[in-house]
Parts: sequence; structure tokens; C-alpha cells
Amino acid sequence: MAKRIDVSGLTAYYGSHKAIEDISMTVEPRSVTAFIGPSGCGKSTFLRTLNRMHEVTPGGRVEGKVMLDDEDLYGAGVDPVSVRREVGMVFQRPNPFPTMSIFENVAAGLRLNGNYKKSELNDIVERSLKGANLWNEVKDRLNKPGSGLSGGQQQRLCIARAIAVEPKVLLMDEPCSALDPISTLAIEDLIGELKERFTIVIVTHNMQQAARVSDRTAFFNLAAVGQPGRLIEIDDTERIFSNPSVQATEDYISGRFG
Amino acid sequence: MSNALVTDKRPSTLRAASLPKWTPWAIAAGSLALGIGISAAAGLGSSIQWGLIAAVLFVLGTYGIAARVEGRRQARDRVATSLVWVAFLIAVIPLVSLIWVTVARGAKVLDVYFLTHSMGVVADTEPGGGIYHAIIGSLEQVGLATLIGAPIGVLTAIYLVEYGRGRLAKAVTFFVDVMTGIPSIVAGLFILSLMLIFKMQPFGFAGSLALAILMMPVVVRSTEEMLKLVPNELREASLALGVPKWRTILKVVLPTSIGGITTGVMLAVARIAGETAPVLLLVFGNPFINNNPFEGAQASLPLYIYQQFANSAGSGAAYDRAWAASLTLIAFVMILNLVARGIARWKAPKTGR
Repeated sequence: MAKRIDVSGLTAYYGSHKAIEDISMTVEPRSVTAFIGPSGCGKSTFLRTLNRMHEVTPGGRVEGKVMLDDEDLYGAGVDPVSVRREVGMVFQRPNPFPTMSIFENVAAGLRLNGNYKKSELNDIVERSLKGANLWNEVKDRLNKPGSGLSGGQQQRLCIARAIAVEPKVLLMDEPCSALDPISTLAIEDLIGELKERFTIVIVTHNMQQAARVSDRTAFFNLAAVGQPGRLIEIDDTERIFSNPSVQATEDYISGRFG
Repeated sequence: MSNALVTDKRPSTLRAASLPKWTPWAIAAGSLALGIGISAAAGLGSSIQWGLIAAVLFVLGTYGIAARVEGRRQARDRVATSLVWVAFLIAVIPLVSLIWVTVARGAKVLDVYFLTHSMGVVADTEPGGGIYHAIIGSLEQVGLATLIGAPIGVLTAIYLVEYGRGRLAKAVTFFVDVMTGIPSIVAGLFILSLMLIFKMQPFGFAGSLALAILMMPVVVRSTEEMLKLVPNELREASLALGVPKWRTILKVVLPTSIGGITTGVMLAVARIAGETAPVLLLVFGNPFINNNPFEGAQASLPLYIYQQFANSAGSGAAYDRAWAASLTLIAFVMILNLVARGIARWKAPKTGR
């Protein structure tokens, strides 16, 4: 079910501003890949190019290739809507739909796309909530609004919502930055379980988190403010944190930058 | 022990003399008494005059007393507070007196008979008759105007917020702003010129068209603001689930903002319900009941009020009817507002646990 992502020569713009330049990497299926790097280096922008959310921003456009197994996401005639059904996303701030109950939130992807069988919906919601380790906490109040949950629960609700549509890849944009350590731990455990089924890419500012959850780590940096962000290196997480091949990576990880 | 003694000797920098809580009330009462006194001495008869004198005395008195007792910073704070209160009273008094007069004079002839009969066989100078024909006319004209104006307005706002980029969107925004300022008589004349081209007689729907023109920009503006309040994260969350943009707007953006949009539409309806000029031009007025808005002259409440005043030659019965119709119109607008609030509360994003 999980798919491999192969990026080659990817450059992304906001209007005339070049945000990231010439990025190439491979993301292995059924693994967790972490993106680290200073703010403004284009980690989130790059993440958003992987499910064509970048072009939702006015002026956003992309050059280069993103292969999902053997299909180019930016090929001619590719529908961004279908891409996003294959590549799901969890955002920095929990964003459950405020007009919907917990149940409706999880079912939203299926309901709004209109491709589901009514009899299956209950099972899918239960399975997704169990998958997000939230089922036991909310099973008695599925019809209550999702905005009544705590921040950590809301973020797990958003993960349940994302995995309910059965994507092949799950992108996470700093999913724990708005959460306390205990909720963070819950999400990190969840990431460990989810990588059995999905390809996971996670952006994080927390290097311990990258070291804890990821199999591979990519380090992004930018030469100067206003310059486009670049991929410095990508390697096994252990190597990046013990013996990186580029000096800049070691400086960043050990706190010697600037 | 010695420590406490030392602090006792020093004057505290945190505590200062302060006026008791009832001071503003006392100053208000004093300045009111003084205002009446000065006016009586100077022979000013108008209650507005002594009210204004009292207001000025209140602000000045507050500053003087507070500056003397509490210091200048607190005095300025109190003056700002008292100015807010004075402004509030000046705004509220006309409003309350308007409603008071309308209720007092309108309640005289407002009964079931009045609401269920027309002016068919009653001369404008005689007592009797009612506003049934005007209520029917108002409901039909405003209803049809809403059916035309509200969807176009909401769709325009959706275009401007969700799709509009570049020159076209800017042009639309500009013309909506211009339309907001169109006097109602101009909208009426515009439709009238069309009617003259096609040689048509006055009828209710022509009035609805003019009212729809007046309604649209109000709906666009308020809906636009409501749609802008919907957080972008919700749109992105929906798009990231693989939901097409139009379904995102329909199922996520609109439901989130439906309460505010309804309120905006209701306020626009309330605005056009009181329009007289275009109705006078295009619907003409009719003392008989005409249920068909597409043929023949109709009445409407604001037009009825105007005609009762204008055509009655000073007859008390006609004035009473005009007041009663005004009361009905105010009640109608108020009910609309209450309905809008009800819908807004019912549809508001839920926060319960």
C-alpha cells in the first residue's frame, strides 16, 4: 500500500521568489523520513509540493519531477485532487472542522468525496480512530463536536481523518509543535505504528524527535536570507546524528551555527 | 517588626487617594440639577438645551474633581469614560424616544381588523380600513427581491474571496462599493427607464428588481467579511483530504460561516423593507388587495405610511393608520433580526464537550 517517492530537480516558487532550489531525494516506502533545518529553509514548502498543496497558495508554482512509484505528480493531465487522495497531510495546528462532530470529522474525507458505502462508514471511522489511538477516549462521544477535544486529541483526530481516506503517503508538517510533551509522545508512538502501513514524511524543529521517530533524516539549509533553501544531505538518521558527511549538518545538529 | 515600622513611615508609591465608587453618579446628579438650574435662571425652555448643558457640566466636573483628588492621569481616564457615557446617552435617547412614540401612537388602531383589511372602500380621510394589502405587497416584493438579490450577492462574495484574483476581482469590488452608495431613487429610475422602453404599467415585481439592486452590495460586503473569517487551515485541511475546491466551499467554508451570512442577508432584507422611493415609482400604490406581484399596482408598508401622511389632508384617522403601519414595519424588521440571531446561534460552530 505504501509508495515510494522519487523527487528529482524540484524547484518551487512563490510568485517570482524562489523558495527551494533543485532538490532531489528518494523517500522509501514504509519508513519515516524527517526533514530538519532552520526556519525559512523551505522544509514545509518542499513537503507541500509532495501533495500539490503548494500551488494552493496564490502564486505558488513548481518545476521538476515528483514520482509516486512510477507516476509523475506534476505530469500533464494529473488532477491535484486525486494526488491529495493518495498523499494525505497533517498540519502544524490541529484543524478539525468546527461544524462537524468527531464522527463526521473522521468521515469527512470519504463523505465529501462521495465514494463510500454507508454500511462501511462506521467500520472505517472506528478503524481510523483506533489507528490514531483515539478510539478509547472518544468512543462514547462520537457525536460531540471535535473542537471540544484537547489539543493533542484534536491532532490525533486530524491524523484519524487523514488516514481514513487510506492514503499511500502521510505528510506531517510539525505535527507536535503545538502540543505538550505527553501528547507529543502519544503522536510519536502513533507514527511508529503508522509506518507499518504508510510512507511517512515529517517536518520537525525538534531534533530529538527526528532522532526518535525517523529512519532517515534530510537536512535543509539556505545560504543566506532571501536565498532559496537547498537540501544539504539525506542519510540514515543514525549517521546524520553521529557522523554526518557535511560539516554544516554537524554544526546545525550540535548547535554551532551562524 | 522593625521592617513593618519602616514601611509604615514611607508614603506608598502604589496606593493613592481615590474617589469612592458612587462619585460618577453623584457628579451626574449634581450636573443635571445644575443644568436645570442654569437653564431656568437663563430662561431656556428646551429640555434639549438643559440636557446638553448638564452633559458638558458632567464632563468638566468629572475632570475637575478627579484632577483635584486623584491626580491628572486618573482624571483623564475618568473624562474618557464619561465621554463614552455621554455619547452613549446621546445615541440612545433618540432611538428609545422613536420606539416609544411609535408604540404609543401606533398601538391606537393596531388590531386584528387593521391587519386583515385593506383600504379598498375607505377614503384616506375617514377612520377604518387597514394594511392587509400593504403587508401582502411588502412581503411579496421584499421576498422576490431577496430571492434574486441574496443568491447573486452570496455567489459574488464567494467569487471574490475564493476565486477572485487580478483585475476582474478588483473591478467587481470597486463596482460593489459604488453600488453600496446608489441612492434608492436612482435604482428606481433605472428600472423605470426599462419599463418605459417596454411600455409597461407599474407592477410589484418591478419594485422587487429595484430592491434587489439595492440589496446585492450589502449582501456581498457582509458575506465577503464572513467568508474571510473562515480560517485558511480549514480550507487546506479539506483540500489535503482530496476534496475538490467547489465541494470544500460548499461543505466546509459555507457551513462554517452560514450563521454570519444569514445575519448579513437578514440585515439587507431589513434595509430594503423600509425603502419607499423605488416602490413609489415602480409599484405605484393601490388601496385594493392585489396578490399578484407580476401584474397591476400593489401597495407596500413604507409607501402606505407615506401616502397616509401625504394624502390625508390632516385627518387624524390617517395619521393613526400611518403610525400603526410604522409600528408593523418596525415589528417586521425586528422579527427578521431575531430570526437571524436565532439562525446564527443555531448554526454557530459548536464548542461543547
